[in-house]
Amino acid sequence: MIYQDSKTLLKIRGLCATVNNSEILKGIDLTIKSGEIHAIMGTNGSGKSTLAKVLAGHTSYEITGGTVDFEGKNLFDLAPEERARAGIFLGFQYPIEIPGVANNQFLRLAFNTAQVQQNKDELDPLEFDDLVREKMKLLEMNPDFLDRSVNENFSGGEKKRNEILQMSLLDPKIAILDETDSGLDIDALRIVSNGVNQLANKDNATILVTHYQRMLNYIVPDYVHVMDSGRIVKTGGKELALDLEKHGYDWVNIEKTAAVGA
Amino acid sequence: MGAVLQNLINKPYEHGFVTDIESDVAPKGLNEDTIRLISSKKNEPEWLLDFRLKAYQKWLTMEEPEWSNVRYPKIDFQAISYYSSPKPKKKLASMDEVDPELLRTFEKLGVPMSERAALAGVAVDVIFDSVSVATTYKKKLAEVGIIFGSFTEAVHSHPDLIKKYLGSVVPVGDNYYAALNSAVFTDGSFCYIPKGVKCPMDLSTYFRINTEESGQFERTLIIAEEGSSVSYLEGCTAPRFDTNQLHAAVVELVAMDNADIKYSTVQNWYAGDENGIGGIYNFVTKRGLAKGKNSRISWTQVETGSAITWKYPSCVLQGDNSVGEFYSVAVTNNYQQADTGTKMIHIGKNTRSTIVSKGISAGHSNNSYRGLVRIAPTAAGARNFSQCDSMLIGDLCSASTFPYIQTRNNSAKVEHEASTSKIGEDQLFYFAQRGIGSEEAVSMIINGFCKDVFQQLPMEFAVEATNLLGLKLEGSVG
Repeated sequence: MIYQDSKTLLKIRGLCATVNNSEILKGIDLTIKSGEIHAIMGTNGSGKSTLAKVLAGHTSYEITGGTVDFEGKNLFDLAPEERARAGIFLGFQYPIEIPGVANNQFLRLAFNTAQVQQNKDELDPLEFDDLVREKMKLLEMNPDFLDRSVNENFSGGEKKRNEILQMSLLDPKIAILDETDSGLDIDALRIVSNGVNQLANKDNATILVTHYQRMLNYIVPDYVHVMDSGRIVKTGGKELALDLEKHGYDWVNIEKTAAVGA
Repeated sequence: MGAVLQNLINKPYEHGFVTDIESDVAPKGLNEDTIRLISSKKNEPEWLLDFRLKAYQKWLTMEEPEWSNVRYPKIDFQAISYYSSPKPKKKLASMDEVDPELLRTFEKLGVPMSERAALAGVAVDVIFDSVSVATTYKKKLAEVGIIFGSFTEAVHSHPDLIKKYLGSVVPVGDNYYAALNSAVFTDGSFCYIPKGVKCPMDLSTYFRINTEESGQFERTLIIAEEGSSVSYLEGCTAPRFDTNQLHAAVVELVAMDNADIKYSTVQNWYAGDENGIGGIYNFVTKRGLAKGKNSRISWTQVETGSAITWKYPSCVLQGDNSVGEFYSVAVTNNYQQADTGTKMIHIGKNTRSTIVSKGISAGHSNNSYRGLVRIAPTAAGARNFSQCDSMLIGDLCSASTFPYIQTRNNSAKVEHEASTSKIGEDQLFYFAQRGIGSEEAVSMIINGFCKDVFQQLPMEFAVEATNLLGLKLEGSVG
């Protein structure tokens, strides 16, 4: 939701990034304020997942230009784990499997790390167990998943729910959800979207990276951005997603070409 | 460590030969005279000297083994001094004099305060009054008839037992290093658990070895009579430096009917520096004979130190229904080399063995699992399960698995599983994105990987071992 007294959380200016010397981001400008939900849409290869990973600090990408200001700090001064502790959360498109590490152990360490960061008390295993089970109910998750290894042999839907569970435990300032809707059936999509909606408030912001309009039926964005070839080529309100759904991504390009031609 | 244990390890060693012998060192080189000198210094009976000489003659005919997957310059056995009377290390007056680096290590390992002092060589008798605790401990073991002390002591106090069992599991000519050890061993532990006795506490080398050098050629013998059980802990997580580069120990275990021996090792000897200079060569022969029916021998090892580790704790499953177990974590970093595993020799009917080996390689290191499962024609219904997992950290290390399976009985069932995994950038990024730094992430992944082995360790040991692994791999990632 757009608030009058909102704060600027993230200010991206002219962001360029490469992977293996190939330029993927070619000058991104984007401002995210507290309370807002942004959707970033675009075709495969348009750079939207790269943008998500670059913001989280993935080491495969090299920043070749531009600035990102996060709450007055230069984001690129922070290591990936420092960004996470400062409140940037990435919901992975393909959550990583970590054999041998129990989910509850992993979640508690992540949670307690965040607690320490915020000068709050760490929770012992029993206290944490109560908390995590409460959060899991919201996402209709089976408690036996706590004892399983992180993401190992999880179904696509379970992995995505696990991402949102982590988001709910870490309570980030900016949640970047990379294709969280992919691989979800209709019920799971509803549950996951419901979880995201419950976590959104006037102090945080959400960035949904997605191909499809369908998740936006559940999570209503304040802004929709369309990416193409490493740039944001169009920005609009929630109705833009519907237009895209109706006309396809080519429509944006045609419109853009037409605008340039005019 | 429990409070009792903590105090006990602080107790200075009052018994044995240490104080009786004038300080001297044998000339370098190995010949019959050297062996006679060792034997006479230790005031040994004739039969033991014969044992040594027989081993020496055997050793002369043997070749240094070269089949293992480790590389090192040829050892000049004539350049080593085979006997020096143990010299007490210089005692430090307080913890303030201890190397801060060592203190940092203790901190990270979670070694209890009192133990730190002992390990660092501070004169703990000044700080802690533990005489009464030690007395209580000795009394408690004596009450149930357990004999536990140095090997040298036992030669004099229980010659019949030593004579009967020494070399009965590892014959003098078993292998090159065992023959060498049999010829020149200096001291070690002896432990005897009488019939029907469950040892009331874990026996630890902490109880026995003080801060003196324990020597290069240790000899340990543990006998568990019918229906008895014992858990024995060797080594400790704290780093151990030693001026002797070559170590060749022999450990023999004998378990009678329904007896149970659990032997746990944490080895953290000096591994050389980050360029592979220095470090201890550890060539060990450990073998347990599950002699009686329903007996059980279980080896658990956490090998993190030494420049070279060459070690195959084995079980000879002679008694019907006897059980052999081997749980191992071997970590190599920098230029360390480890070739370690086990042998399970099934002879009795319905004998069972389990092998769980976890190898972790980092840096430029080389980590090999080598294991033999042999099912003799007599071992009807024998079963073995082996699981060998390797984990690689970085691109410069290597891991190998050499499983040997020999089955001569059709009713036997042998299973072998193996896997290799790598700590990937993506895993570390995932942890980082949840606010967890790479060191903690690696530690968590490694501990998950080693879980099946760590849960076999006595609890206090397990906690320290967990920390130890983190410490050994510090800086190897990212």
